[in-house]
Amino acid sequence: MDIAAQAANILELRDVSMDYGQVKALQDVSLAVRKGEWLAVMGPSGSGKTTMMNVIGCMDRPTSGEVLLEGQDVARLLPGALTEIRRDRIGLIFQQFHLISYLTALENVMVAQYYHSMIDEAEAMGALERVGLRDRAAHLPRQLSGGEQQRVCIARALINYPRLILADEPTGNLDEANEAIVLSLLRRLHEEGSTIVVVTHSPGVAAQAERTVVLEHGRIAQSFLNR
Amino acid sequence: MTKHRMYLKMLFNSLTRRRSRMIAALLAVAVGAAVFQGMMTICCDVPRQMEREFRSYGANMVLTAADDAALSLEDAARAVALLPEDKLVGATPYRYKPVRAHMQPLTAVGTRFEQVKKTSPWWRVEGEWPSDGNTLLAGANVAEFMGLEPGKGLTISGRNAKGARFSQEMTVAGVLRTGGPEEDFVFMNLPTLEELDGNPGTADLVEVSVACGSEELAKLSDSIRREISTVAPRSVKRVTSSEASVLTRLRTLVYMVTAVVLVLTMICVATTMMTVVLERRKEIGLKKALGAENFAIAGEFLGEGICLGAAGSLPGIALGWLLARAIGLNVFGRVIAFNPFLTLAALLVSTALTAAACVLPIRAAVAVEPSLVLRGE
Ligand SMILES: Nc1ncnc2c1ncn2[C@@H]1O[C@H](COP(=O)(O)OP(=O)(O)O)[C@@H](O)[C@H]1O
Ligand SMILES: [Mg+2]
Repeated sequence: MDIAAQAANILELRDVSMDYGQVKALQDVSLAVRKGEWLAVMGPSGSGKTTMMNVIGCMDRPTSGEVLLEGQDVARLLPGALTEIRRDRIGLIFQQFHLISYLTALENVMVAQYYHSMIDEAEAMGALERVGLRDRAAHLPRQLSGGEQQRVCIARALINYPRLILADEPTGNLDEANEAIVLSLLRRLHEEGSTIVVVTHSPGVAAQAERTVVLEHGRIAQSFLNR
Repeated sequence: MTKHRMYLKMLFNSLTRRRSRMIAALLAVAVGAAVFQGMMTICCDVPRQMEREFRSYGANMVLTAADDAALSLEDAARAVALLPEDKLVGATPYRYKPVRAHMQPLTAVGTRFEQVKKTSPWWRVEGEWPSDGNTLLAGANVAEFMGLEPGKGLTISGRNAKGARFSQEMTVAGVLRTGGPEEDFVFMNLPTLEELDGNPGTADLVEVSVACGSEELAKLSDSIRREISTVAPRSVKRVTSSEASVLTRLRTLVYMVTAVVLVLTMICVATTMMTVVLERRKEIGLKKALGAENFAIAGEFLGEGICLGAAGSLPGIALGWLLARAIGLNVFGRVIAFNPFLTLAALLVSTALTAAACVLPIRAAVAVEPSLVLRGE
């Protein structure tokens, strides 16, 4: 790969392996993601998708291999340094939403600001407005529908302007209508230039991305462009 | 909104919106604080008051004449006047006189009964205490030997100091039980004996009870010896020597029980907080995934621990105070003064212990891996 292409890659995995004791969750995975790319990751259950997201998201260190984030190898960094990178560069969207149950929608967004740097209530409100939940700002998670909770989760993921948005089965717990809303939000983020990696079981969701990689037994089995 | 306010908001909401979890720990802290406050209040207050009461279980100083002559009651009174008034429990003169009663030789003792009640409060009298010059108290042994009981008459006879014979009809007012040598004597008012024997204003000894420790007692004895050369004071060890150690042992016992309760409180708080941490692993993982530093996570749980400690301590301390009051009134029969210093100490101690109990749970919280948020349950 030439220098120019490397500079354009926001993320690059080189021969990344992850062992959990006997289980080889990832085996020699190599993958490059361009800045601004929208990548879908598919594969059967237990194929290593979540493990790969944890490695990319700096939440776990691989057993071997290199993980280049904007050219910096983060695979061997200490937990403290990984925390800093997560905070500054990664936005996370979860299948289970993971909103803090005792905080309102607005406060859940502000929590990400709180750990990142400064709290800006107006900006947090703006993020909620982007996902169409301005009028739900004072609601607790249990007062929101699943789709609304996921939109709060998205607002929280983008509040600190992450360079990389990781979504692990973001529509796995949603009905079709809400899936469509979430997809349109992701599409807008993509149009604004965000890099998105989304793990999904749904071919429909994957089809929205520019490229799909399929994992099987911890290896990349296929990789194809959608358009 | 500042970060500071966000911290407080998270703390407050986490505590108030998840109340039920905290109730067991809150109760444990309250009980711990109540026991601490209650026991410490009693330990600080009651012994101080009880020292005086304990002291009254016997004279701790005896005054005799410095030479072979009889002790002058006037000199003895001057000596007693040297003692601090607020620490003086009582001073009782005793004058012994060999007499006969119905041909039976025995010892008559002249004393002041109102003082006896202070310096020998354990004397038990069946019947009445002597009130006038014609009544006496018969020691239990004497009464049994001579077949005496309250209301019976008795003739006391003998020779007075000048060698003249005397004889006096008297009535037994009561029978005395002490468990000691006093049961072999008959006791009458000192003026009565002075009238029979002559030489008024003298005694063989004066028993004094002073509410103070042995060091202070020695100092007081020295000053009496210096000021009044005719009086020989000496400290006596009766119940006095053991009373201090009884108090110390009681206090140690109370301290130990309190310590055990506090340890149990800490275990309960630690267990609850550990449960809370385990329950909130996902939340902790999420916060770490969002970029929370370890100290931020630790600070949140420490904050919750301190709030828990303070919230449990306040009602606990109030309860402990009421408990101490009730125990003071019902068990020791005295009103216990409010001690603001002790209350503050109780608040700090129980809050600090609660925070200390959070150390292990906090370590568990900090050890949570951020990767678990992406994993299923
Ligand atoms: N913490 C772990 N300890 C042991 N095995 C694990 C752990 N995490 C994942 N695995 C195993 O690694 C493999 C890949 O898991 P995962 O990445 O979650 O797959 P996917 O997300 O594709 O379903 C599975 O076999 C899983 O059981
Ligand atoms: Mg998975």
